[in-house]
Amino acid sequence: MPPIRPLHLAAEIGGPPRYEPEHYTALARLAEQGALDFVTLGDSFARPGPDALAVLSRVAPATRRIGLVPTVTTTHTEPFHVSSAVATLDWVSRGRAGWQADVSTTGAEARLFGRRPAAPAAELWREAGEVADVGARLWDSWEDDAEIRDTATGRFVDRDKLHYVDFEGATFRVRGPAIVPRPPQGRPVVVIDGTAEPARQTAARHADVVLVRATTPERTARIRDDVRRRAEAHGRHPDTLRVLAALTVDLGDAESAPEPGLASGPPLAAHGTYYRGGPVDLADLIGRWHRAGAVDGFHLTPITPGRDLERIVNGTVALLQHRSLFRTFHPGGTLREHLGLARPANRYARDHVLRGERA
Amino acid sequence: MTTAPKQLHLAAHFPGVNNTTVWADPRSGSQIDFSSFEHLARTAERGLFDFFFLAEGLRLREHNGLIHDLDVVGRPESLTVLNALAAVTDRLGLAATVNATFNEPFELARRLATLDHLSEGRAGWNVVTSSDAFTGENFRRGGYLDRAARYTRAAEFVATARELWDSWTPDGTPRPFAHHGEHFSVEGEFTLPRCPQGHPVVIQAGDSAEGREFAASAADVIFTRHGTLEAGRAFYVDVKGRLAKYGREPDELKIMPGVGFVLGDTDAEAREKAAALRLQQVSPQNAMLALEQVWGRDLSSYDPDGPLPEADPVPDSELVQGRVRLGDPLAVAARWRALSRQKGLSIRQTVIEATTRQSFVGSPGTVAAELAEFVAAGAADGFILVPNLTPGGLDDFVDRVVPLLQERGVFRSAYTGSTLRSHLGLAEPVWKG
Repeated sequence: MPPIRPLHLAAEIGGPPRYEPEHYTALARLAEQGALDFVTLGDSFARPGPDALAVLSRVAPATRRIGLVPTVTTTHTEPFHVSSAVATLDWVSRGRAGWQADVSTTGAEARLFGRRPAAPAAELWREAGEVADVGARLWDSWEDDAEIRDTATGRFVDRDKLHYVDFEGATFRVRGPAIVPRPPQGRPVVVIDGTAEPARQTAARHADVVLVRATTPERTARIRDDVRRRAEAHGRHPDTLRVLAALTVDLGDAESAPEPGLASGPPLAAHGTYYRGGPVDLADLIGRWHRAGAVDGFHLTPITPGRDLERIVNGTVALLQHRSLFRTFHPGGTLREHLGLARPANRYARDHVLRGERA
Repeated sequence: MTTAPKQLHLAAHFPGVNNTTVWADPRSGSQIDFSSFEHLARTAERGLFDFFFLAEGLRLREHNGLIHDLDVVGRPESLTVLNALAAVTDRLGLAATVNATFNEPFELARRLATLDHLSEGRAGWNVVTSSDAFTGENFRRGGYLDRAARYTRAAEFVATARELWDSWTPDGTPRPFAHHGEHFSVEGEFTLPRCPQGHPVVIQAGDSAEGREFAASAADVIFTRHGTLEAGRAFYVDVKGRLAKYGREPDELKIMPGVGFVLGDTDAEAREKAAALRLQQVSPQNAMLALEQVWGRDLSSYDPDGPLPEADPVPDSELVQGRVRLGDPLAVAARWRALSRQKGLSIRQTVIEATTRQSFVGSPGTVAAELAEFVAAGAADGFILVPNLTPGGLDDFVDRVVPLLQERGVFRSAYTGSTLRSHLGLAEPVWKG
């Protein structure tokens, strides 16, 4: 039997729109108490609610360990601004930032900007991949030790350690370098929901964490294998990504038995997989899927954030911890450390070394 | 009956990317770590300042085709930092410089409204524009806007943002929204209720005729460089005089010059410190760079301790990128030559003499008196202070000057309101449904 991989847990803290920061801070702190890897905050220009990245920036100084992963869309936004804002979230949270990349496919969203018409998802996911790519390049465009403060020569930075990215995509170009120095994690964590085909291709190539919505451990494992295979085809080691099963959970009636059919997996709902039942049965399900090697962990979306997240943390997570299936504290400080992902080497610094070797 | 003296407003600029921060000073800390922002913001709030102010850069500056490496460089993205600062401050206004050329109204209005909600009414937006293809190379838009278009776009941008901020009814119902103008065609539904301040405070930086007119029509605060008493009064009279044609009262636009300051135990000590500071800021390398910026040509063969070049400047040089040249280069060179001849100054000395901007230099008592005098004389409504050190550069001012301003009765001794508008004495904009 293969060794059990560490279990990773994440939770969505969005729900009906709220505009008071205390609401989000309380949820993030609750998730932090449960030692979860990260919280996500969904976002879109097409529905009421505050800007997710701003909310999680507001949450950052009020939390210490939990990873913070807002949705930031790539269709109507500027790739340069997106990369700066995500890097800055990493700075203000001291290495806890991620970014869930998403696209805006609707005409309603296009009309809010009036810049370009709506486009098919496949096209937009190709562009999202380019945005993720240029983001990573911009994050690398300052080598970690670019700031030298050399009083002898009067130089604040070593310009040889700053790099133009000169990115030419299908719909945009970026010259670089970044304005923001390389963030604490090197590159903040990229999360993509890889359930649907066009997104999966982009996820396999660019994401650190891939979310998957499937109803059985077998199906989830098949998608996980597929993502890993595709990642490998892009020259990545498949162990540099984590695949989390995405589950919408309703723990509203903890006394009731889980819905029929849960033994083999939750039923498919409009927004993916939907679980209704008690926190104990949810812990059993998580344990079962994880033991089966189907996933690296779970991303749970509470149907009612305050109530269900409390039950997840104090019920499900506590039980998983009691069964030694999940850690009881964050051993590291950064989101990459929670996920067991290495800090990426800087592609430009690597080039330096190669040039040096050739010289 | 005695009338209360006119109250002055104070804001703190975070000294990020520039050549005024003395990074070689051993007390100089990080310009990136959140702890630096937290320190300066908490200090400003301890000093009961109106707001904390962040500049913006969207492309690293270049000189002679190379990334400029002598100044402090590298900064986080402003609105993200300010949202984080909202968690560690309670009253301090939080203002970001955000470019209206390389953003879109819906997205930016949403980000600003979010900051206003999350900070409970403390958001400010310093509107700047760019006609710069150099900066545009980082954006989808590119850099095609000419000078005139960048201002009409900015004006329409601000107007569109205000329409978006007004698009929810005061009782919290979203209403469909449509704006079809020369630069923007936006329709749909905004995603946030009306802001705690009604609209975030709008700040305008810049001194051109277009900039002044734009400020008079649409801004709450104007950030200027008129630091001397005479220039300040002339600017003040001009800008305040432009408000009436937009149906606005003079008090609805606050004029706040950005100024430096150097404190000493005595005036003489402060003057000595200021001179030493200028020598640190204008290193031999920085002096040559400033000279090349005016001359628009490579002058690396010249000695910073020697005389100015004989050759004339190149007017349309692209030697300098991402930084504004100091006006007409031929005129500037003529002024610098005259200065150098008159006083027998070297290149470095000339640059120091010619580029030293208004700073309030003296003992805390002298500086407090001068600041109060500027406001009493109608040269400013207050000041945006630019410290020379990150992040501790405001500590002395707050500890030593603010109490004296309070004693004079020209500065608050407690926050009386909780929003930036209330600190500035500005009314909430009327909802235009």
